[in-house]
Amino acid sequence: MTTLVRPATDERVVPPARARKVPAPLRKKRRRHRLFVAALMAPWAIGFSVFFLYPLAATLWFSFTRYNLLEQPVFIGLRNYRYFFTQDPYSLQAVRNTLWLTIFVVPARIIFALLIAQLVIQIKRGGNVLRTVFYLPALAPPVAATLAFTYLFNPATGPVNQLLGKVGIGWQPLWFSDPALAKPTLLILSVWGLGDVMVILLATLLQVPNEQYEAAHLDGANAWQRFRYVTLPNIWPVLLFAAVTGVIAMLQFFTQAAVASAVAGGTAPVGGGLGERLGYPDNAMLTFPIWMYVKGFANFQLGYACAMAVMLFVVSMAFTVVLLRRSRVFLYGAEEA
Amino acid sequence: MTSAKIYRLALGLGAVSLLAAACTATDKKSQEPVASPTASASGQVSFWHFFTGREAEAIDGVVKDFEASHPGITVKVSKGQDDEKMRQAISAGKGPDVGLSYSTDIVGNFCTSGAWRDLGPYIKRDNVDMNQLVPVVRSYTEYKGTRCSMPVLADTYGLYYNKKLLADAGYTEPPKTLSQLAEMAKKLTTHKTNGDINVIGFMPFLDYYENSPAHWAPHWAATWFDQAGKSAVASDPAWSAMLTWQKQLIDYYGSDKLTKFSAGKGDEFSAANDFERGKVAMMLDGEWRIAFINADKPNLDYGTAPFPAADDKQNLYGGGYVTGNIIGISRGSDNPEAAWELIKYLTTDTGAIVKLANGIKNVPTTHAALTSPDLQVDDKFKTFLDIFANPNSATSPSTANGAEYQNLFGTWIVKWQTGRATDLQAGLESVAKQIDDSLALGTGS
Repeated sequence: MTTLVRPATDERVVPPARARKVPAPLRKKRRRHRLFVAALMAPWAIGFSVFFLYPLAATLWFSFTRYNLLEQPVFIGLRNYRYFFTQDPYSLQAVRNTLWLTIFVVPARIIFALLIAQLVIQIKRGGNVLRTVFYLPALAPPVAATLAFTYLFNPATGPVNQLLGKVGIGWQPLWFSDPALAKPTLLILSVWGLGDVMVILLATLLQVPNEQYEAAHLDGANAWQRFRYVTLPNIWPVLLFAAVTGVIAMLQFFTQAAVASAVAGGTAPVGGGLGERLGYPDNAMLTFPIWMYVKGFANFQLGYACAMAVMLFVVSMAFTVVLLRRSRVFLYGAEEA
Repeated sequence: MTSAKIYRLALGLGAVSLLAAACTATDKKSQEPVASPTASASGQVSFWHFFTGREAEAIDGVVKDFEASHPGITVKVSKGQDDEKMRQAISAGKGPDVGLSYSTDIVGNFCTSGAWRDLGPYIKRDNVDMNQLVPVVRSYTEYKGTRCSMPVLADTYGLYYNKKLLADAGYTEPPKTLSQLAEMAKKLTTHKTNGDINVIGFMPFLDYYENSPAHWAPHWAATWFDQAGKSAVASDPAWSAMLTWQKQLIDYYGSDKLTKFSAGKGDEFSAANDFERGKVAMMLDGEWRIAFINADKPNLDYGTAPFPAADDKQNLYGGGYVTGNIIGISRGSDNPEAAWELIKYLTTDTGAIVKLANGIKNVPTTHAALTSPDLQVDDKFKTFLDIFANPNSATSPSTANGAEYQNLFGTWIVKWQTGRATDLQAGLESVAKQIDDSLALGTGS
């Protein structure tokens, strides 16, 4: 293996100043070219500034203010951040809930999606039907799917508990109404809707060259070794994509937890808005974004909600960077990573 | 373009964005002076309210009457609009000309922030007699001297009881003390064969339908804040007495059984409501339930009475929680004069108030409407009119953070009622601190 070694001394010749002077027509041509490039990039730059950079900067600015949407923001330095870490009674619980969902839901969705994709690939007859069946839940709108689940898992009237009773199981869980089971029930809901992950894993599995399996087979590799040394390296980038997008989605997990807590909580938020009832039971479904929403729009503390949004952004970025860096080490070894 | 240039460009754009964000003013349209008394209002008025279904139809009927009596003004009504949407719309300068909220909790915030205009100049110009409003209603529609809202009917809370279930258990009268309520609740409760609750005498969970600390407070004379404006949930022994009484009844039933019963409850504002279905023998609810029962279950044999008072505070019996719908003009209103005409009509015209009160069975807020011969009053509704007039009736205070103090308390109470919090005094002190800390953050104090 040849290695390129940079010379000990830089022998590049620096041209004299006069020689670097570019003729006027060429300068004009270059300027025109740069303007042309800038014009081509302008739509992106404008969109990026208006829809990403400005909202981000505004959020950052508001996070240092006391702001209730209706009055002029008042600069209060780091007070919102101090309140979050030292006084907010539910910030830690919201963080814990979101971390729980991230740690359990993301791997569960990927593992089950992979298992189902592997299973569906093996089935020769009726495989296409099964693919459709497993993918269908992903098409259900999250609100509708969650409503259906709150009905299914209603401890008093839902068919799940009735079924448990009919088959002689005395255990009658309270599901969404039990603080200990509310998040696991959300996990079941999330795993049920894993069709989106399954489809991309299925496509990737179909791309794995058959020759590699045949070679591994000839070398005497068993099923686990074929999976570990052939399948996994081939699908790793897609698994990584599923993990990164899954983590980001879980850090922003809102709709299902909000609908489940509002419906299982049972009291209609007449006129007050959704923020009145979120987190039920006992804040077990109070995710970080839900608490952020409650503080911003139900408690009129938008400056504080912006501080929470900034922290969520930083954590999401950190998660993504760490995940990507770790995977590079795993894929290519520490030296090249 | 090199990486360095890209970074510089991103940094520059970021700095400009941050500067723009810092310089962005919220919509702070100053209030124009009111028109002269002779000027006539005209044009279109947008009107948002939270009612839906049958109640929204009652609103539409009164709005039609208004348009007929004010030919120059048309009203564009949007139903089912909640406070959160209204707040966001006002902040974006797109608020409705007229907004109707169900909650007096927002008055403090809307008045101090200017989200709703000061109605004082309009009232003064048109010589509106504010003494025609019942005093408690006058108090909860203004904040620290600023009147940014007017009342559109009031809500009062009392006890609903199923006469048949009570009679089956040998009772002819509803309870007047809390110990009577607990005793009757136990006797009225029946169970299924598997031990689950079938019919409950009284549901003690504070997150069940209209049960809430605010709605229970007047029956113990519990106060939310002390003279210094600090939370009183730990210092006022009434809260401790309330929660102790509640816990005793919860322990009788079993928290898990109550949770399961509560999880199976029907939708509050439909015929599936547990009281309407006969699954609850006694329940705290607002006067509007009468109209719901009339529409859903007209044959239900039930009665109404004031909610029982604490055994050692029997003088409180007859009072109850009072709140109401409030209405105001958004600060960004394009047509405040026509908006004021609509508000004046809905809040001071006796015919309009009575028609609306009859339609949605809410309590009128002016003396003239309360005594109007056109007001349909039967025994059941009269209970609420009496509660409304009772001097022991009370409402909850308005703060800059809206109802957050109630939500923080309610969240802790869920722990208490399910047995996950056991030290009552320590819990109340922790909630009081949470309320004080959050208020300090919201007000900068």
